[in-house]
Amino acid sequence: MVNYAINKITLRQRLREYKKKPISFLLLLIVGLAALFSATALVFIIIYIIIMGVPHLTPDLFALKYNSDNVSCMPAIINTLIITVLTLIISVPFGIGSAIYLVEYAKRGNKFVKVIRTMAETLSGIPSIVYGLFGMLFFVTALHWRISLLAGAFTLAIMVLPTIMRTTEEALITVPDSYREGSFGLGAGKLRTIIKIILPSAMPGILAGIILAVGRIAGETAALLYTSGSATGTVSSIMDSGRTLAIHMYVLANEGLHTDQAWGTAVVLLILVLVINTLSAFIAKKLSSKN
Amino acid sequence: MDKFTIKNMNLYYGDFHALKNVELNMQEKRITAFIGPSGCGKSTLLKSLNRMNDLVEGCKITGDIKLNGEDIYGSMDVNILRKRVGMVFQKANPFPMSVYDNIAFGPRTHGIKNKRELDRIVEETLRDAAIWDELKDRLKKSALGLSGGQQQRLCIARALAVKPEVLLMDEATSALDPVSTGKIEELCLRLKDKYTIIMVTHNMQQALRISDKTAFFLLGEMIEYNDTDLIFSSPQDKRTEEYITGRFG
Repeated sequence: MVNYAINKITLRQRLREYKKKPISFLLLLIVGLAALFSATALVFIIIYIIIMGVPHLTPDLFALKYNSDNVSCMPAIINTLIITVLTLIISVPFGIGSAIYLVEYAKRGNKFVKVIRTMAETLSGIPSIVYGLFGMLFFVTALHWRISLLAGAFTLAIMVLPTIMRTTEEALITVPDSYREGSFGLGAGKLRTIIKIILPSAMPGILAGIILAVGRIAGETAALLYTSGSATGTVSSIMDSGRTLAIHMYVLANEGLHTDQAWGTAVVLLILVLVINTLSAFIAKKLSSKN
Repeated sequence: MDKFTIKNMNLYYGDFHALKNVELNMQEKRITAFIGPSGCGKSTLLKSLNRMNDLVEGCKITGDIKLNGEDIYGSMDVNILRKRVGMVFQKANPFPMSVYDNIAFGPRTHGIKNKRELDRIVEETLRDAAIWDELKDRLKKSALGLSGGQQQRLCIARALAVKPEVLLMDEATSALDPVSTGKIEELCLRLKDKYTIIMVTHNMQQALRISDKTAFFLLGEMIEYNDTDLIFSSPQDKRTEEYITGRFG
């Protein structure tokens, strides 16, 4: 008795099929090449950065104090973390809050909701240098915050707010109405339903938005140039100016004297973003498996 | 004794007159079935009894609906009403959390925090819903992993956990296989010692098997309401007769 799987298509069968339909073979070739090209481009960039950067990851680059010889990126790492956390503290509550309003409280099909949605979409399309200019004129000059981490964080918060709001909104919309009905049907109020049922189910989607935001924050330069500036020292308060890793890289490359260290910094930035993303993905998995 | 009394009730969705002059008294600790073709307003009426229609935009209700003589659209808190009048939906809708947390959600909502008290409620309601033996080893597992029939019985248990007086069942077995349906029907018959059950069903055999009273609806009007045996053996209205003998609907 034969025991091989009869539903398994062999390579020869497949080739015979394609011989009959050359167009579909061509299509397979095209999409296959497209996938290969995309993957190669990504892998090439990463390998290139690593090859160029890793040899320059000297202890000097991680010295606690910056000077113009070691061009240490340590203060920049710390500033990046501070700015990321500050920005999220400001933008996440507003982003999630407004999404909750739009999905759970505003009447469906409300004009106001549509206006807010269009505005959010427009905001997320504005080039970041425009946010930088606004931050400089408003936070730095008009509010007299001077060039500081706080001004930078607020600027970035406005920049990533639409991203967080829209992804949270999408995540809330995908929570089935049957969960809401079930909760209301047991006599739970709106607040309890949102906190205990809806937000936990939407959590993976919300976290995906936050991860996206973290990526933008860590990689941003234009919006920070005129708001948190490029001071080299370690900050003593959030009212001080300080450069993030991306700015540090920008300045090093711009001056043309420390291109090697700029590559090193690029590796550090790459690793930092990777660590933050892995960590967030891990948290997301933990949170969703708990449910 | 009458649990629900409905007087001169009309319901509109925008311009659409969905329920017309409904007059109905439903007795305590009995099973009342609403039957009728799709779109006749029976589910709409059911959802008015725990004010789930409040969530529907453009829904307007006039008339009187009283629970134990209290106007449910008056000063009664809507969350308290929904605690007293529980609901089981057409499609089982367990929350994406453990079996235990699904059951405990209602009691916790109404202020029970004590772990031992919650344990007791979970066991008692799962026993009441005849699903304790199947689930007692899976209390910490996600409720989404259960079969459709188990999920629906879990939802019944969840509704019972807040100690309601009335249980509304909106075609609660229409998505289930005959074995699961049978289990839920048996369950209803046992539960009517303690609870008043009002069910919407498309399945006339089901109404005949388990309900004490049956109301027949057509195009937003209540055509006939009587003891179930009488409705099915000697309907007074021509339209009822045509519907139950399968000539339309």
